[in-house]
Amino acid sequence: MIATLGGFTLFLALGVTVYAGAASVVGARQGREDWLASSRNAVLAHFCLVTLAIFLLEYALITSDFSLRYVANNSTRGSLTRYKIAGLWGSLEGSILLWEWLQSLFAALVVARYSDRGPSGSRPLTPYVTTVLQGISVFFLSLMAFGVNPFARIFPVPPDGRGLNPLLEVTDMLIHPLLLYLGYVGFSVPYAFAMAALITGRPTEEWLRITRRWTVVAWLLLTGGIFYGGWWSYRTLGWGGYWAWDPVENASFMPWLTGTAFIHSVMIQERKRMLKVWNLVLIILTFSLVIFGTFLTRSGILGSVHAFADGPVGAMFLAFLSLVLLFSFALVAYRSDHLKGRGELDSLVSRESTFLLNNLVLVGICFTVFLGTVFPLLSEALRGNKISVGAPYFNKVSVPLGMALLLLMGVGPLIAWGRASLNNLRRNFLKPALAAVALTAALYLLGMGRAEVLAVFLFSFFVIGTIVFEFVVATRTRARTTGEGMGAAFATLLLRSRRRYGGLIVHLGVVIAVIGIAVSSVYKVEREQTLKPGESMSVGRYGIRFDELAAGERPTHVLVWATLTAFKDGTPLRELTPGQRFYPNQQSPFASVDARYHLTEDLYVILSAFERDGSAATIKVIINPMISWIWIGGVVILLGVLVAVLPERRLALLTVRAKAQAA
Amino acid sequence: MKGRGVKYLVAGVIVVAALVGLIYSGVRDSMVYFYTPSELKKKESEVRGKGLRIGGMVVDGSVRWDPQTLLLTFQLTDGQGTVLVRHKGTAPDLFKEGAGAVVEGTWMSDGYFRASTIMAKHSEEYKPPTHSETLESKKELFKSILKKEGGR
Repeated sequence: MIATLGGFTLFLALGVTVYAGAASVVGARQGREDWLASSRNAVLAHFCLVTLAIFLLEYALITSDFSLRYVANNSTRGSLTRYKIAGLWGSLEGSILLWEWLQSLFAALVVARYSDRGPSGSRPLTPYVTTVLQGISVFFLSLMAFGVNPFARIFPVPPDGRGLNPLLEVTDMLIHPLLLYLGYVGFSVPYAFAMAALITGRPTEEWLRITRRWTVVAWLLLTGGIFYGGWWSYRTLGWGGYWAWDPVENASFMPWLTGTAFIHSVMIQERKRMLKVWNLVLIILTFSLVIFGTFLTRSGILGSVHAFADGPVGAMFLAFLSLVLLFSFALVAYRSDHLKGRGELDSLVSRESTFLLNNLVLVGICFTVFLGTVFPLLSEALRGNKISVGAPYFNKVSVPLGMALLLLMGVGPLIAWGRASLNNLRRNFLKPALAAVALTAALYLLGMGRAEVLAVFLFSFFVIGTIVFEFVVATRTRARTTGEGMGAAFATLLLRSRRRYGGLIVHLGVVIAVIGIAVSSVYKVEREQTLKPGESMSVGRYGIRFDELAAGERPTHVLVWATLTAFKDGTPLRELTPGQRFYPNQQSPFASVDARYHLTEDLYVILSAFERDGSAATIKVIINPMISWIWIGGVVILLGVLVAVLPERRLALLTVRAKAQAA
Repeated sequence: MKGRGVKYLVAGVIVVAALVGLIYSGVRDSMVYFYTPSELKKKESEVRGKGLRIGGMVVDGSVRWDPQTLLLTFQLTDGQGTVLVRHKGTAPDLFKEGAGAVVEGTWMSDGYFRASTIMAKHSEEYKPPTHSETLESKKELFKSILKKEGGR
């Protein structure tokens, strides 16, 4: 029943979507308002149909209807309802349906927001934006209708489903994938506007302005998804790390890099009318890399812990990717005379040049990550032997580039437009640079000896210095000219130039995260030892005593855990209980990590092996200094973006209220 | 404006050259060759000292684990050749006899492969277990340390 209804709904949605895209073009070409209105209704109908499909699949998942193959593979009777729901994005077919649902939702939002009212200039673009977005949906719907049907049946109907991988039955599964998908799909909106601008031949500053907020929010969601994924991996996967340069991680990192470059380079175009083609290339690349990443991870062409099984999907994604690239670059070529930049670079020492360099570095990192990810494929195709480059390659190449980026993050926001005079440089950068040198020297004297970490601190202090300096000077100037108090002056400043100061706060968050990454990776200490009950091992300033091994029944698994007592400098700190989870029908156990999370360093313990009679346990201890700074940096980035994108009216309302309360 | 064009060209070339150099040295220093156990046996003389990845199945009954020295040894096979692997430390969660594994490390002159990392392969095809397991049968494994109530 659900299978038939679901399949039918998808086919119907495919028809409606094709119509919506076509009617939109006809309406716009011939100026027929009735066609446009009909197309808008079709977009909404498309959204309703896919929503219905989602409901049907969720209903089947929640009620454990194992006559659907997808439900049988991704759900089990014993699971909590929320993990039954999460089964929707537990594997390929459901993920595609979720993706398509978000795609249809965003298309509906665009229609609702921009077709009647909306900012100036959005009205003539919207029909073509609709066509592009519906075109993307046609791909995803066809994928489900002709390739990977989430409503396929299974016979005989199994008595119970296989369930999600136990690793995925955690709350994080409800957040991380959704953030990433929202970010991925979010970038399709600025892409669609860019294409619409090319099709209509309207000025290329318009689409940038209209989609600015979309882009920043999509970037935030993608950033959030990546950070959240690292945090999840660190807390639960039991290897003590958060990033492994796994192909799937790289697949999310590449569009993030080009997206970040895009957010920066649009500022140059807005201000100087330069880099028109470059910005188009960046948004095309970002969207293509999203599709490419999905191709990499869903085609099974590269082995990865995240990858689902292979099938015809890979070929379909590759075909779609080629189509997107051909279509996009053909449009750019077609409008090339339209895209001549007006401005020119005046000097190498200027904000434009700095931003351009920032873009080159970001795209450079993206290229190196791309190369490293596809290297096994390349070497096999070109030389016939399988050669891969692992984490050492990525670290070696991205660390110097990342350092360059860090330095540019300090220079870019403050250096003058056009041509920076020596005076401008001295005024903006002398104090932060001196402060950074002094603080780094202090760290060195305090015993921090590793050159690479000192360099990171030097650049980080410089960036923080420039940001603090900028805030202080601007606040003081405002307080002096308006007579406001420093607090009020700071608040109005944040409100008046939210984009600028929000951006600076984002930079601050990045610096905090970078410090965490550098310190935790260089000063990480790891030790593994087998202990009998009562024995201890020591790692750095910590001692770990193994007290007892025990097992207990949990609702879904049997947990074996070791009770450890942690000591710091000889004084007892707390009890730690790392364990292993044994699930029925899963041959290998899953780690259950325990840790003492702390601002200065995390004490992270893993039970890696044990004797079943409790006579011995092998314990791995990892000390990760300052790793929590990465997550704190992520939160600061979130705050910065919120400052930058929250609607003006709402913020103004808040301040009025705050002022009223203060008065 | 000719002079200025040259200046930007030079700057661009420097940036791109730096990037290429970085990639080249990165690739050169971290290239890892992938072989199956039988390929390794054939190329024994030329692979010494190189970074290698060997992929195969863990031979049933070959896994030895010494908790005191933390030495893990096992054999990896592709059906034609077998390689003895030694690894200091425990294996990852999904590692088990009869399943696929990829090890990274170097081929030692005294006839074994010293692995620095073990990557277990998650079998992508789901095979239903021969007999259905329950929580009870898992509990049976840990009879001697089982607690009735609570704990953690």
